[in-house]
Amino acid sequence: MLIFSTATLATITASPLVWMVSASLKEPGEIFNSSLIPQHPTLDNFRYVFTQLPFLRYILNTFFVAGTITVIALLFHSMAGYAFARLRFPGRETIFMAIFSTFLVSLQVIIVPLFILVQKMGMVNSYAGLIIPVTFNAFGIFLLRQFYLGIPIDLQEAAIIDGASYWGIYWNIMLPLSRPILSALAVFFFLVNWNAFIWPLTITTNQDLWLVQLAIASFQGQYSAAWNYIMAASVVVAMPTLFLFFVFQRQLVESIKTTGIK
Amino acid sequence: MDDPPRLSLDNLGPSAGEPGNERGPGPIAVQRRGRPYWTRSRKEALAAWLFILPDFLGLLIFVAVPMLLSLSLGFFSVDGFGGYKFIGLANYNRMFHDPLFLKSIGVTIVYVVCLVPGLYVSGLGLALLVRQRIPLIGVWRSLFFMPYVVSLVVVALIWKVLLIDKVGFINQMLELVGLQGRSWLGDPNFALGAVLVVTVWFLMGYYMIIFLSGLQEIPREYYEAAKIDGAKPWAMFTKITLPLLRPTSFFVILVSTVGAVSGSSAFDLIYVMTNGGPANSTSLAVFYIYEQAFKFNNYGYAAAMASSLVVILLAITVVLFALTRGGRFHLG
Repeated sequence: MLIFSTATLATITASPLVWMVSASLKEPGEIFNSSLIPQHPTLDNFRYVFTQLPFLRYILNTFFVAGTITVIALLFHSMAGYAFARLRFPGRETIFMAIFSTFLVSLQVIIVPLFILVQKMGMVNSYAGLIIPVTFNAFGIFLLRQFYLGIPIDLQEAAIIDGASYWGIYWNIMLPLSRPILSALAVFFFLVNWNAFIWPLTITTNQDLWLVQLAIASFQGQYSAAWNYIMAASVVVAMPTLFLFFVFQRQLVESIKTTGIK
Repeated sequence: MDDPPRLSLDNLGPSAGEPGNERGPGPIAVQRRGRPYWTRSRKEALAAWLFILPDFLGLLIFVAVPMLLSLSLGFFSVDGFGGYKFIGLANYNRMFHDPLFLKSIGVTIVYVVCLVPGLYVSGLGLALLVRQRIPLIGVWRSLFFMPYVVSLVVVALIWKVLLIDKVGFINQMLELVGLQGRSWLGDPNFALGAVLVVTVWFLMGYYMIIFLSGLQEIPREYYEAAKIDGAKPWAMFTKITLPLLRPTSFFVILVSTVGAVSGSSAFDLIYVMTNGGPANSTSLAVFYIYEQAFKFNNYGYAAAMASSLVVILLAITVVLFALTRGGRFHLG
């Protein structure tokens, strides 16, 4: 009984995603047929998306932007996290609290002044504008600091006696030790930035710089009735995230769990 | 914090080889003999600052400065070309007489009041459900969590088609069981409800994971002892689970409330699904502010409205922390 209701509920939850895949394989006339199995499965919709639209370019743009943000963010956050956890300096707790308090500030709330600022810096319609302003967040620093607090300080003391520099300790000891949490955060950051919409929407008008989410949202505005094409494009956009989810499910769940624990 | 007491071996480490510390005299004596400026603790502090600098500057420029700007920009009239004019309280005055802004605040209140309990109940409910030891539990958990990894734009597009009037999948299913379908996104009475359902569907897996990790912290012995005493499942839930889940509950309520007020998962959905309509029934404050700024170039006015949101968010955080004494949650 319990397993039956859980299974039913889980299947219902996943069904809209199944419907999307099914619709992407249907012919235009068939899309509102309530059957989940296409009568004449076709890849024409996907062919259209890749040949009639510069969709490949949007995908490469997004890989580049999301990948760059992930790498830079992990580097900077692990550096800061290490310093907050394992180095002593005046004002450490105050500065950490100040940084942590920005945790609750979301992009939507500050987007107007942020846009004006970034516009003044001349970063509108540029990769720099897509990447730099959204790279910094307190959440990553916080998680990495928690992790480094768990690494015995003796390790650092021993390395210092051996004549290691602080950068050497960070690069050769701390980074390799934090590989599990870094990979979990990498999956999470990539996912978030692959899925990001409001900032790319605000900062780019040049179509050459479009990212996938912006592309499918605008695509929908232009081809409002061509749902089979729109669903095929949606499948293409959702695929990397679902792939990451299936491969790195454990890491992803772990990184979410750690946010909930004080 | 939990570091061991600091050793005063200033000469060890990178600055080793410094003269004049041959055992005996303490640090003060060393200093008197003219210790070089770059002691270990100074080096450590400098290194720490260099490590923190990139993130510190980034957060300062792209989070803290916009925060401060959002509070001051409201006093200016800003055009799309970077021209500023101080206009005092005019934007704030306009805000309180703008029926669309006041309506968007109303929509936001309804949205928050429905979404926060909705996410709490669905997240906790699912967590309790998938905590059971039943076959294939990993698969069921994955299915519940799956919507969360798909982007909100894709989610909005899928549901937009599913909810289409007459021929949409949802209405066809409803008719199958004898219920009347309707134009869910075209009816001002139902559009916000539809957006709320989709938001819960999208986010419940995330909160399920958070609650699941909270539930796993509760020792099983409590339940076993209660069972021996003959406690009913409902009593165990209200007397053991809920009280011991307070820190998690606090986190969930704080994060979901702040997320709902600041529209972090609403903006993308509304932009694609309803564009604020019909009849502004889904125009949340964040959406209206965005439109005023980027559609009508009223940056100053938008900033004034956004600053009111900042104040509301701060108030919510302070109230929640005060109510719970910093998240410890011992009410009454």
